[in-house]
Amino acid sequence: MQNVITVKDLTKNYNGLRAVDHINFNVIKGEVFGFLGPNGAGKTTTIRMLTGIIKPGFGQISIMGFNIARDPIKAKQLMGVVPEMSNAYVELSAWNNLIFMADLYGVPKKTARQRAEALLNLFDLYDRKDHKIKTFSKGMKQKIIIAMALMNEPEILFLDEPTSGLDVQSARLIRDIIRKLNKDGKTIFLSTHYMEEANELCNKVAIINHGKIAAIDAPEQLKIRIGGLQRVEVSFNKPADISALSAIPEIINIRKKGDKLALYTNEPGSIIYKLVDYSRANNLKMVTLHTLTPSLEDVFITLTQEVG
Amino acid sequence: MKRAYAIAKKDMRIYYLKGPVVIFGVLSPTFLFLAFMVGRDLQIDFLIAGLLGMTVFFTSTSVSPVVAPTETQSKNLERLAACPVSITTILIGDILASVFFGVAISFIPILLGIAMGVTIIHPLILILGIVLATFCFSAMGLIFSSTPTSMTSTVMMLSTMIKFPLVFISGIFIPIRELPLWGQALASLSPLTYITDLCRYSLQGNTYNYYPIIVDIGALVVFLVIFMVAAIKLHEKSLPKRL
Ligand SMILES: Nc1ncnc2c1ncn2[C@@H]1O[C@H](COP(=O)(O)OP(=O)(O)OP(=O)(O)O)[C@@H](O)[C@H]1O
Ligand SMILES: [Mg+2]
Repeated sequence: MQNVITVKDLTKNYNGLRAVDHINFNVIKGEVFGFLGPNGAGKTTTIRMLTGIIKPGFGQISIMGFNIARDPIKAKQLMGVVPEMSNAYVELSAWNNLIFMADLYGVPKKTARQRAEALLNLFDLYDRKDHKIKTFSKGMKQKIIIAMALMNEPEILFLDEPTSGLDVQSARLIRDIIRKLNKDGKTIFLSTHYMEEANELCNKVAIINHGKIAAIDAPEQLKIRIGGLQRVEVSFNKPADISALSAIPEIINIRKKGDKLALYTNEPGSIIYKLVDYSRANNLKMVTLHTLTPSLEDVFITLTQEVG
Repeated sequence: MKRAYAIAKKDMRIYYLKGPVVIFGVLSPTFLFLAFMVGRDLQIDFLIAGLLGMTVFFTSTSVSPVVAPTETQSKNLERLAACPVSITTILIGDILASVFFGVAISFIPILLGIAMGVTIIHPLILILGIVLATFCFSAMGLIFSSTPTSMTSTVMMLSTMIKFPLVFISGIFIPIRELPLWGQALASLSPLTYITDLCRYSLQGNTYNYYPIIVDIGALVVFLVIFMVAAIKLHEKSLPKRL
């Protein structure tokens, strides 16, 4: 296993405020590494340091063996970057934006043209290639920004909330592309607020809170270790009596979720029998019944909720 | 270097037609010229040499200072900072774009002069002078934009406050040898003095320059180096504050 990103003791202060606090982690080649954390946790700050946009206050970053402080150009040459709040040049056409990126990464002209064409087709923007970016919708802009990040065929792709604010289709397209790039051997560093996205894409996730890493592991491992109780979610055709249900001894906690009830437990099997009995006795019909293991969201909430 | 050229190409596509560039670059020399030179009983080659110096000065200081604040505002800078290019490369790109603009627009007063019967006595010196001066002034323009602001207007105001006084001390409206001693001393501090002097030499003839040609050229080179080094240092400092 080869580390493509090694981070040691990385720290950044903004006028006394510690945005990133002595974090350590490695990203292995071919991995999709998820970076999760609440707003202001330090995700963007970390990505900006990893991509050489800002200098760390303290600590070391190595990108495929290149120290970003000492060899910034060589390290940057290997990455593609989709910043959180970035823009293509709105006055330039989609095509010129892509070619500009290729020029900055020293991609030969012919290769650049082929890549630009392939990427525009991939993102379904080929017929808009000569239009200025300012005429594009938010989703189209985001696609161009991602395409720009791929012009140098990077070894590592950094994406800071790439699907924020996109419609379902565009978000799915971007996830599909991330999956495809990963299948082709690229390493992906992804920050996101969508737990399902991280769960679906990432081999490993780091959860960061207040600038510190709260946990790093594979999603399933985290769920087992930290996620807590399993639960049974049930909905009836008529409102059910929560107090009657809480009399069932295996149920540790009940939470009402819209028209569903979430019953937290260690023994989902025996709860289901009790639910069947209960609905028969009360002349209720179960509309839906699910048993759920803890989700990444549960892990996230557990690790990031404020204590006290 | 190729990468700097790519940046220059981008700048040319985006900034040549921006309002402040056109206004400050093309219109201000025209107005100054009309306000201070037309109507005075002056020789045509004196007028054209002055206009040419001014045009070179204003056009090549008009593009380079606009780029940084605009790209701060439009969030392009963050993406650029992630690219494998150094700040020096980015700045050289901006300078190149500014140089091309300055050189291209300087043809207008030259052609105007030729149409009015001015002969170019030393074309090679003139070309050398213009190219050197446009580099020098473009680098100077970058110093104006090294405050980490996203407001183009702030930069424009700052640069205007420096540019206009420079025009008046640089022997454009009054030949340097007619200035009082303190005026001559002041003029020697302005890079514009030296390109104007070169224009006088090239258009009016061998006796019309105040400094020896080699001094003019040397002074422009020295100013260029000073401005360039200062611009790089200042922008290296201000870039992180822009993000
Ligand atoms: N340029 C800056 N100047 C001062 N403070 C900053 C700057 N950038 C970030 N911070 C602070 O650093 C902390 C971490 O911010 P960061 O942008 O890294 O969070 P994030 O995890 O990306 O949040 P989000 O999910 O909202 O994007 C915040 O408290 C923020 O206020
Ligand atoms: Mg962020």
